[in-house]
Amino acid sequence: MADNTQNPALHPRDEKDVLDAVQWAISERTPIEVRGHGSKQTIGRPMQVAHCLDLSGLTGVTLYEPEELVLTAKAGTALDEIEALLAKNNQELQFEPMDYRPLLGLNSAGRGTIGGVLATNLSGPRRLKAGAARDHVLGIRAVTGRGDLIKSGGRVVKNVTGYDLSRGLSGSWGTLAAFTELTFKVMPRAETQETLVVSNLDDAEAGDVMARAMGSNAEVSSAAHLPESVAAKFLDGGLPEGAATVLRVEGFAPSVDYRLGKLIEAFSPMGECHRLNAQSTRVLWQEIRDVKPFSDDTERVVWRVSVAPGDGHKLVASLRLHAGIDAYYDWQGGLVWLRMEADGEADLVRASIRALGSGHATMIRASGSMRNEYPVFEPQEAPLAALTRRLKQQFDPEFILNPGRMGIEL
Amino acid sequence: MTSPKMPEPYAEVLERREQIVADLRDIVSGEGVVDATNEMRAFETDGLTAYRQLPLVVVLPQTVEQVSSILRYCHENKIRVVPRGSGTSLSGGALPLEDAVLLVMSRFNRVLDIDYPNRVAVVQPGVTNLGITNAVAGKGFYYAPDPSSQIACSIGGNVAENAGGVHCLKYGLTTNNVLGVQMVLITGEVIRLGGRHLDSTGYDLLGLITGSEGLLAVVTEVTVRILQKPETARAILIGFASSEDAGQCVADVIGAGIIPGGIEMMDRLAIQAAEDFVHAGYPLGVEALLIVELDGPEAEVAFLISRVVEIANHNGATMSRISTSEEERQTFWAGRKAAFPAIGRISPDYYCMDGTIPRKALPKVLAGMRAMSEKYGLAVANVFHAGDGNLHPLILYDANKPGELQKAEDFGSDILRLCVEVGGVLTGEHGVGVEKRDLMPAMFSKDDLDQQIRVKCAFDDLHLLNPGKVFPELRNCAEMGRMHISRGQLPFPDIPRF
Repeated sequence: MADNTQNPALHPRDEKDVLDAVQWAISERTPIEVRGHGSKQTIGRPMQVAHCLDLSGLTGVTLYEPEELVLTAKAGTALDEIEALLAKNNQELQFEPMDYRPLLGLNSAGRGTIGGVLATNLSGPRRLKAGAARDHVLGIRAVTGRGDLIKSGGRVVKNVTGYDLSRGLSGSWGTLAAFTELTFKVMPRAETQETLVVSNLDDAEAGDVMARAMGSNAEVSSAAHLPESVAAKFLDGGLPEGAATVLRVEGFAPSVDYRLGKLIEAFSPMGECHRLNAQSTRVLWQEIRDVKPFSDDTERVVWRVSVAPGDGHKLVASLRLHAGIDAYYDWQGGLVWLRMEADGEADLVRASIRALGSGHATMIRASGSMRNEYPVFEPQEAPLAALTRRLKQQFDPEFILNPGRMGIEL
Repeated sequence: MTSPKMPEPYAEVLERREQIVADLRDIVSGEGVVDATNEMRAFETDGLTAYRQLPLVVVLPQTVEQVSSILRYCHENKIRVVPRGSGTSLSGGALPLEDAVLLVMSRFNRVLDIDYPNRVAVVQPGVTNLGITNAVAGKGFYYAPDPSSQIACSIGGNVAENAGGVHCLKYGLTTNNVLGVQMVLITGEVIRLGGRHLDSTGYDLLGLITGSEGLLAVVTEVTVRILQKPETARAILIGFASSEDAGQCVADVIGAGIIPGGIEMMDRLAIQAAEDFVHAGYPLGVEALLIVELDGPEAEVAFLISRVVEIANHNGATMSRISTSEEERQTFWAGRKAAFPAIGRISPDYYCMDGTIPRKALPKVLAGMRAMSEKYGLAVANVFHAGDGNLHPLILYDANKPGELQKAEDFGSDILRLCVEVGGVLTGEHGVGVEKRDLMPAMFSKDDLDQQIRVKCAFDDLHLLNPGKVFPELRNCAEMGRMHISRGQLPFPDIPRF
């Protein structure tokens, strides 16, 4: 279901309009939903808001200097537009922001805005090597829930002047401030990429292979394991039969060739090895990124679980004893995409993660009632929860911005 | 000597000093509490030696429980606390206060766990930056951020300052290489952020803590990413007749899609001083020298080196030399890493600046500095992290000549204002500390700074942790929290709606 689509919207044309709109909302004490394209609209706790602050009209790349590796855009600028512009100069956002729409069954017009990218701290399979949006943001301008226009950071990579609010606001899902402009580091796109497929490993063996690959100097940029239950969903069934452990290598052609050779030498004793060319590699990792196997037009619960990479398969094995699940692994096992057969079971998932000692789970897809009943984001221990509330208070004391989206008290 | 205005000491704390020392001894026994003046001298300054101040008392805890008890005690008794790692801050971040407990974390010096399959090391904050690399080097791993002080500086200090180094463009800063921390708030509450997993949940407090200069919390444990060493690394020395040519070469290398592991620039005075000191084999007849390091598989490095040399020649390089052995590569770097002490040999004193600029503004900033150098009558040498735009002008002066320190500081402030003017920032990696505190309004508006102070208020609403650093004034949190809402008085926005 799409939440809050009926709310009347304010459509700011510039930063001043955003400021006016938030100040108006504060003066009326009327909470607002901060929205870009609405491409992640059903993630989070359903909100009780009367108005929507639609930032999708606040568009335009205001600075792009390829040789300086820097790009600035207004918050509502379409991610697609930015990526197309970068591609013309053989550059990219290295953190590969994912597209949630297929998984959520959303048909929003756009794939998301650059403001939404940071607000939700998007990333993709290359997270393992290159980090997430928070690792690439250089500066922001934003309107806080106090109705102040603030800036933080700048346009340079090395900057420790004042608190790092750009990172502090990343992943805050619009509950602290509404971005108006963002500056990101951009990077050269690899000349080519290939994937090594190691076939028919079980989950634990795959965990071992991925750890060895990432711990080698072959500079593997992504490592995923696609168990047999999901493998056929990728590349239209084009992967070799059975479970597929996939390792992506990117760079200059001779270097890619050499490094793949080293990996094949290391792993051919473990299972049959195949190489995927650049075109298949591009499609495969995009499908892994966008959770292709669970993009099934249902509301079956899907969890995004973040654990120590070596713990991914342990979590899945322990859950299998108690629940009907399907799962696959990205980030060397550190990101588990988990689809549940039944509703509920949130406590089971979270208890199983706690038993591992480190990690958390976000209920990315679920019905509105599930998202009302259970916390979508991982509940925090008391001192951290209290600190988090104090921070919210310092940015948005009247609970004007996306109230409740990250939890009842945020 | 000019000295920064620090917060007025709390008289009642100074009066209760004896009792406070005794209370702290109840928490940390034996040599963990230092109150004799001669013994506290060792702690009266950090890497910014122009400023000195004896603390109220020095305490060196060994356990998280002790840190928690000390902070809770100080919070309950309204006593200020200055945290300190190895004391290598170049911005006065660990400068003591007369009425503050100096909390020294150097006894937290153990590596707690090395987890190779997950590629993380869990260490106590007093472990040195290089100590982490040394702990994992046996298996071919290292910790990527490498500030020049890496032999001495602690990882806790690195987190506080978001330390950089020469490999940041490719491998990131501290903030990109820390996965988790355990920290203690001024209330004594112990909080864990992140861990061995990649994404942390909730607000990105880890991002806020990193680079917060000891004003938000005291870090008691750090989980860092360790990386496998590249198969090979080689460096090239390239000389140019002008810094403009060198700058264009850097732009063209990056424009060609090459991200070197390190790319450094030095000017004539810095080259000369480093060569006299280290004999790194630097060319002396050039105006600008680039050190470009490429790392990765042998085949890739060989390929990229030929590309870089080609680009350099196209930009009028007057010489280039490729390292032929690991020893030679190290020698190339030795000159650069010793640049600060090398300048120290040719001048009685020097003042090191740390602005960052968009790379293309380099010619303008260098020209500006030449003009300022004439105006102030002081020489300046430049070393430059060319890949990421972080500039370290070293202003040469003699503190024994009346007025020269003041002139050097004014010169430095002018340089930093110029950095901000061309789109850069006041500090790239050394931190604001005491040194650049009063320049903050050159970069931030009142609203910008107020919001940063509000973050401080969420962590430490009495301003007890490291006051007098980063912010030009301490503003009362209760006052900052007030919002002046005039319902119905604000003009309804003239924007398309509904």
